[in-house]
Amino acid sequence: MYVAVKGGERAIDNAHQWLAEERRGDPAVPELTIPQIREQMRLAVNRVMAEGSLYDPDLAALAIKQARGDLIEAVFLIRAYRTTLPRLAGSLPVDTGAMAVDRRISATFKDLPGGQVLGPTFDYTHRLLDFALMAEGATQDAPPRVGEANPMEGETRVPHVASFLNRDGLIETADASDTPPPDLTREPMELPADRALRLQALTRGDEGFVLSMAYSTQRGYGRTHAFVGELRIGTVAVEVDIPELGFAVEIGEIELTECETVNQFKGSKTEPPQFTRGYGLVMGQSERKAIAMSLVDRALRWQELGEDFTGAPAQDEEFVLMHCDNIQATGFLEHIKLPHYVDFQAELELVRKLRSEAQAMQEAAE
Amino acid sequence: MTDQAYNFAYLDEQTKRMIRRAILKAIAVPGYQVPFASREMPMPYGWGTGGVQVTAACLVPEDRLKVIDQGADDTTNAVSIRRFFQRTAGVAVTEVTAEATVIQTRHRIPETPLTEGQILVYQVPIPEPLRFLEPRETETRKMHALEEYGLMHVKLYEDIARHGQIATSYAYPVKVEGRYVMDPSPIPKFDNPKLSGNPAIQLFGAGREQRIHALPPWTKAVSLDFDDHPFQTSKAPHDCDLCGARDSYLDEVITDDAGGRMFVCSDTDFCAGRRAKGHVGRLGEAT
Repeated sequence: MYVAVKGGERAIDNAHQWLAEERRGDPAVPELTIPQIREQMRLAVNRVMAEGSLYDPDLAALAIKQARGDLIEAVFLIRAYRTTLPRLAGSLPVDTGAMAVDRRISATFKDLPGGQVLGPTFDYTHRLLDFALMAEGATQDAPPRVGEANPMEGETRVPHVASFLNRDGLIETADASDTPPPDLTREPMELPADRALRLQALTRGDEGFVLSMAYSTQRGYGRTHAFVGELRIGTVAVEVDIPELGFAVEIGEIELTECETVNQFKGSKTEPPQFTRGYGLVMGQSERKAIAMSLVDRALRWQELGEDFTGAPAQDEEFVLMHCDNIQATGFLEHIKLPHYVDFQAELELVRKLRSEAQAMQEAAE
Repeated sequence: MTDQAYNFAYLDEQTKRMIRRAILKAIAVPGYQVPFASREMPMPYGWGTGGVQVTAACLVPEDRLKVIDQGADDTTNAVSIRRFFQRTAGVAVTEVTAEATVIQTRHRIPETPLTEGQILVYQVPIPEPLRFLEPRETETRKMHALEEYGLMHVKLYEDIARHGQIATSYAYPVKVEGRYVMDPSPIPKFDNPKLSGNPAIQLFGAGREQRIHALPPWTKAVSLDFDDHPFQTSKAPHDCDLCGARDSYLDEVITDDAGGRMFVCSDTDFCAGRRAKGHVGRLGEAT
C-alpha cells in the first residue's frame, strides 16, 4: 500500500542541521574566524565581492564560511543580501589615475613614467608546494622586502599608458561622457546593450566564463590581437556628493584591478588604422578576471569598429551577456534536480502512445 | 513567527511597486511578456524566484496562501516557499484550493475549479514559447511584435509529419485572444483547457528571464492546433488508485521492483478531499 510521501518539512529541517554539522567539520579542529578568512583567503574574498557586486570584505568572508568554501554559493549569499540594501547615493566616478598602486605593469613598454611595479604577484613564483606552510605552529612572518618599499608610494597621479599613445593619435580616444550608465541590477537587461552595460555585466560575470571567452579569442574565435597596455592594482577613493554640503566627501577606499589592452587594428570601412582598446575593471585584486574582461570587451566592440562578425561566441553580445552570470546559470542548471514528475508523466504517456502506434504500423506492414 | 527584520513579504515597497506595474501592464496586454527588473531572491533561480516575486507583490495581510509543486502541497520546494511567506509575511496558509486567495504553483493547475477573486501565480522557467525555435531574444521579440508565428506552425506540422501527432506533452503553447502566442509554463497539456475562460487572475513570473505575463479573468487561450489535427489532452489511462477519480491528472508511482505500479492524483488536496467524502479507489482504504 502506497502512503503519500509526507514529511517534507522534517526532511528540510534535518538536511539543514546536517549541513550545519558538515560546515563545521571536526569539532576538534578550531573554527575558522571571519578575520582569518578575510586576511588569508583574500583572493577568494575578492572574487566573492567582485561577482557579488558588493564591496565588503567582512561579509564576503562570512559568505565563504557559510558556503563551506563554495565560492559561487558565497556570491549568491552576497547577491541576495545586496538586493535588500537601500540605495542611499551614487558615487562620483572613481579616478583610477589617482590610484594608490600596489602593482602596475605594462607589457607594451619596457619602462614608462611611473615605473613598473610588480607588487604581490604569483607571476614569477615556482609552483612548488611549500610544505613549511603545513608545519603547525611554525608560522613565520614574511621575509622583509629588500630595497625601497614601494617606489610608487607618495605618488599622487600615475598616468595611464594609453595616454602616451594618445598623444600621437595612435590610439582611439574614449570620449568622456556624463550619461548615467544603465544598471542591470535595477533595470531588466535590454539588448542591444551599450558598452557601459556590457562592462557591468562582465565585471560581475563568472570568472571562469569570462576567462574562457577571452581565451577563445586568443585561439582565433574572434581574434583581437591584444597586448596588456597596462595592468594596475591599488586603492582608490570613493567620493559622494552631499547635496546639503554642496561638495563631494570621501566616504572610503576600495581596492580595484584595472586592465587596459592595446589592440592592433588595421582599420576598417569606417575607422582609420590605429590601436584600439579593451577595458577591464574589477573589485579587489582579480587580475585574471580584469585581463579576461578587457579581451572580451574588445571582442564585443566589433560592430562599433566596423569589423566583421565571424560568428565567434565572444563577439556575440547576446550569447556572452545572457550566459556570463553564474548565479543565474547555476540556479537554472541545478533546478533540474527539483521534481519534474508531472511533466515526465506527460512525456511517458506520449512515448508510450508513439511506440504503440509505431508497433501497430510495423505489424500491419508484416 | 513573522521575521521583523524584513519588510512585509520580504521585498521593499519600491520593488513591489515596480513589480505591480509590470503585472498591471501584463494584465492590460494579455499574453505579452513584460520585462521587469527581477531581484535576486534568497532562493536560487530555477526554484521559483519569478513566482515568489509576483506572489510577494500581490500579497496583503488578509490573504490565505496555498503553494503547490507538481500539484502537491507537501513537496519540498512547496514547503520551502510556503514557509518563506509564513516567515516574511505572516499570512495564513491553506492546502484547500477553494479557501486560498493566492495560489503559487509549479507545473500544475489545481483540479478544483478556481473562482473569481483568486490569483494563480505560476513559476516560469522559460517564458518565451519561441525560444527553442529561435534562441535570440532580439529576434523573438521582433517575431511577437510582427505576429510572425509561422515558425511555430511549421514545428507543429513537422511533428505531425514525423510522428502523426503533435509531440509536445507539456508547456504546450496557446494563443491568447487571437494575438500573442504564450507559453503556459511547463504544465501538462492536460491542464491547458483550464487556462481559457478561467475566472481567476493568472500571473506568470519568470525571475531569471526577467519577464511577467498574464491571463486576466475570462481570457480566451486557445491551444495551437490544426483543423485536421485538433488539440487533445492526455493523461495516464487509469483511475486514481486512492480516490477513484477518473478525470484528474495522475502521477505514476513505482511500488516494487517487479513492475508494480499505481496511479494517484497529482493534486493532493483534490484527492484528499474526495477521500474525505467517501470515494475509494482500487488500493485506497475507506476513511
